[in-house]
Order: sequence, then structure tokens, then C-alpha cells
Amino acid sequence: MPTWFYPVLEGVIAFFLVAGGLFAFIGSLGLTHLKDFYMRLHGPSKTTTLGVGCVLMASMIYFRATTGHFSFQEMLVSIFLFITAPVTAHLLSKAALHQKLVADNRTRNVPERLEVAEEPDEVNAEASESRLP
Amino acid sequence: MLDIALWISIALFAASLVLNVFRLAIGPDLPDRILAVDTMYVNSIALIVLFGIQLNSKSYFEAALLIAMLGFVSTVAVCKYLLRGDIIE
Repeated sequence: MPTWFYPVLEGVIAFFLVAGGLFAFIGSLGLTHLKDFYMRLHGPSKTTTLGVGCVLMASMIYFRATTGHFSFQEMLVSIFLFITAPVTAHLLSKAALHQKLVADNRTRNVPERLEVAEEPDEVNAEASESRLP
Repeated sequence: MLDIALWISIALFAASLVLNVFRLAIGPDLPDRILAVDTMYVNSIALIVLFGIQLNSKSYFEAALLIAMLGFVSTVAVCKYLLRGDIIE
């Protein structure tokens, strides 16, 4: 590898590291701040997986550049994570639907047997009807 | 440049672990807590990989692989327990 290529590689690795950290932080922020469980499932199952994928990609480039041969463990970890994250999210959503967790009123496509937390539209409609003589 | 990026990434992953612990403590229902633990597994894998980059050694990546597999298996087991009331039927 030519020597001018190493600063470029360093920039690419730094970009992947910072991007991965930001993605994971945004995913955990979504896990903490969103309203109900069905919204909270989105953050970790998509964003955090992408963040860890970015970090594993940075590690792959780094060890390829320093040691000179391709390291296979990161590839295994990232393949395994990218396969198992949707399975985990699917099973968790099935468990939540089985437990009939309360959905927020901004969650769309709620099944009929679930109860929705507060619906301001319906509440307002009832209030306006009751205000009528 | 790499050192600064590494420390920024480590700080962000540590902050996300703290947020996951917060959700694990206050989570109103059981699936919330399972989701928080699963996210903590994933974030700790990334922290181990960052530690390996900082020490310039690859000997920690088998531990990352083990954590990935055990985290997936344990999450599936707890979800099956919530769904069916039993793990192995």
C-alpha cells in the first residue's frame, strides 16, 4: 500500500467510528424518550444495529491496514448481529402484543384488541357532543 | 485523528449504555426491560471492539462473538417464556 494512502484510511476509520457512536447514541435516546413500547422498538432494532455495524467496519479496515491480513471475527460478529436483530425485534413485538401493552394514540395500525392510551380526538368529540343541548 | 475519534466513540457508547440502564430501571413493562438488556448487549459488543482497537490487539473479538451469541439466545429464551409460559415445551 502506498504511504499517501494511510491518512485517507485514517480519515475513513475516524468517520466510521464517530458515525457508529452517533447512531448508537441516537438509538438509545429513542429507547429512552419515545412514548410507548411499539415506538421504542424502532430505535435499538434499527439504529443501534447500524451503529455497531459501523464500528465493526472501522475495526475491519483498521486491522486490515495495520496487520496486513483480513480479520474474519468482525465479519462474523456483524453478520450474526445483522441476522439476529430482526428476529429479536419480531419476538419482542410478539411478546408485547401477547401481553397487550397499551399503545400511544400516535402509533399507527394498532390491532383492535389492544387498548390505546388517550385519544384526544375522541375525547374532544365526546366533549363537544356533551356540550350540545 | 484516530485517537480523538476513538475517544468520541467510546464516550457516545458509554452514554448510550447509561441511557439503556435508565430505561432498564424505569421501564414500565417487562418487554421494555428485555429490550433495554438486549440493547446493552449490542452496545457492550461495540465497546469491546473499540477497546480492541485502542489496545491494537484482536484477542477480545472472540469475547464479542460470545456476547453476541449468548445475548441473542437469552433474549429469545425470555421472549419465548413471555409468549408461551415455558421455554422448552
